Amino acid sequence: MELFANLALGFSVALGPSTLFLAIVGCIIGTMVGALPGLGPSNGVAILIPLAFSLGLDATEALVLMTAVYYGAMYGGRISSILLNIPGDEPAMMTTLDGYPMAKQGRAGDALVLSGVASFFGAFLATIGLMLLAPILARVAFLFGPAEYFALYLLAFCTLGGIGSNNQAKAAISVCIGLGIAMIGVDNSTGLTRFTGGNMHLFDGVDFLVAIVGLFAVSEIFIFIESHGKDSSIGVKLEKVTIPIKHILNTRWTMLRSSFIGFFAGVLPGAGASLGSFLAYMFEKSSSSDKSQFGKGDPRGIAAPEAGNNAAAGGALVPMLTLGVPGSGTTAVLLALLMTLNITPGPLLFTERPEVVWGLIASLLIANIVLLILNVPMVKIFSRLLEVPASILLPGVTMISFVGIYSLSGSYFDLLLMIGFGVLGYFLRKLSIPTVPVILGILLGGHMEVSLRRAMVLSDGNWTYLFSSSIAISLWVAAFVGFIAPLFLRQFLKKPKAPNGTN
Amino acid sequence: MSDRLTGLIVLVVALAFFASATQLEMPFFSDPLGPKVFPMLISGVAIISATFLITKPDKEPEWPTLSTFYKLLFATLILILYAYLLKPLGFLIPTALNASALSYQIKPDIKLSLITGLCLSLILFFIFRYGLGLGLYAFPKWLIG
Repeated sequence: MELFANLALGFSVALGPSTLFLAIVGCIIGTMVGALPGLGPSNGVAILIPLAFSLGLDATEALVLMTAVYYGAMYGGRISSILLNIPGDEPAMMTTLDGYPMAKQGRAGDALVLSGVASFFGAFLATIGLMLLAPILARVAFLFGPAEYFALYLLAFCTLGGIGSNNQAKAAISVCIGLGIAMIGVDNSTGLTRFTGGNMHLFDGVDFLVAIVGLFAVSEIFIFIESHGKDSSIGVKLEKVTIPIKHILNTRWTMLRSSFIGFFAGVLPGAGASLGSFLAYMFEKSSSSDKSQFGKGDPRGIAAPEAGNNAAAGGALVPMLTLGVPGSGTTAVLLALLMTLNITPGPLLFTERPEVVWGLIASLLIANIVLLILNVPMVKIFSRLLEVPASILLPGVTMISFVGIYSLSGSYFDLLLMIGFGVLGYFLRKLSIPTVPVILGILLGGHMEVSLRRAMVLSDGNWTYLFSSSIAISLWVAAFVGFIAPLFLRQFLKKPKAPNGTN
Repeated sequence: MSDRLTGLIVLVVALAFFASATQLEMPFFSDPLGPKVFPMLISGVAIISATFLITKPDKEPEWPTLSTFYKLLFATLILILYAYLLKPLGFLIPTALNASALSYQIKPDIKLSLITGLCLSLILFFIFRYGLGLGLYAFPKWLIG
């Protein structure tokens, strides 16, 4: 009954007044971030991290705040999907397929409540899954040596690149950009500076928060300026919030199935929430006997992707906390938060800092209940946010990103670097080169090199050491399959066309 | 065409990266791998991928029109200007100007964008300075002494 003892510890942390307050604040901010069109979980969390530091929170508090924002943004993303047909972020895309048609039929309230309940279902089950699976995986992770970690990082890059992109070469280039940037600065084991071009500002390397905010938030500004005026979708007004009890009861098995699918898609390193919602929707559609209503406002088509993507969001925390390998773009951002707080995720985190892990898990259970309240009875308030005009929203978001990064170091150089990353992100997105692997490369590049070098020290330069354990071999095989398999599966799993108004 | 060009740029950068890695001095006491090998591996992967991209490019992406492109260039320039001015001129003035300029990019209405910029600058200053306690200066230091 170690689990209950751990949970008791967790709740003793989570119910402390400041932690509880931060969890609630995080939920509110997160739902707002998710609801605002163009601001999704990853860039929303990225912008807020530097500001969270300035509050001087301790590790647990900062983690609880940002994870609550993350969960909240996953909930809130459906609001603009349903009412505007514009997904707040990629994972919410599948919700537009049935959510928007249902809203157009005058049942916007039904769609929002149903999706809110489905989100709760998915997120709650995933948090329980996290609670059960993470300690087990953490124990397995003790068996990992440098060779296994090297293969694991490779697996994360391969699956993330393989699934997240339509072109393997582009995915690989994206990973290389990230890894290359990670090499800039002082090499820790020899004290040599590498690739700095003699620039003093680069001796400490590129701060990953600067890169993240640049690639996610600043590039969004450019995309926004470019696409503005092309958005032709007509928003649906939310008149009255009604509770469709019949739909909720009818879709209970859909929610359960989708939560399972989503959770396991989230646990796969590199796959993440978009895959979770996609698989959940496709599974529900292909397994149902009556497919005619899908795409026209079928309640199952709303419940499945929402349960799936919220469950995947929880699942993605499992590899992030136990192995230090994030399962999605947003968990990559959360990993950046942990690294900046000087917390090394991995098996030791569970034994040495149980209050951080279990406090986080207990806070997430509480946050889910808060989010259900915010997203069902109070959804109308948040739907008002959609009326904020872009000409106010965009400059506001830009200024917040700038001040956040400026507050980290107070140097103009970081701001310039951030703009540079923004321009890079814009071009990468135009060329459909995924940006998440760049972030992952910057975050994990150092660790990946260290594990390779340690492995070579242990084996005295013998490369076959990398394949010397069964865990390592299975990771190499999985990495290879993860990178190559999407090439063949792509013909069968055609993603449905994005609704107009998205890119 | 865009993909071919990208592949070419990646190729050149990767080769430069590789060359730079080979120039790194091997320290006297070093692990078997040293600081060179991993960067060389990265550039190797990048070179292979870039070759693939050059030989098998995707469909041409939809590039913005020239006028949109100027808009984007202008936005980048004002952001760079903002980065340089934030410290010497204090928070309020550069932020108001920058926010107005960005707002104007989206909705070309001078009065509305000026009001937006001014309000955003004031509201954000109060949140950041007094809510979050960031060490921002409202006005240039030399002005207020």
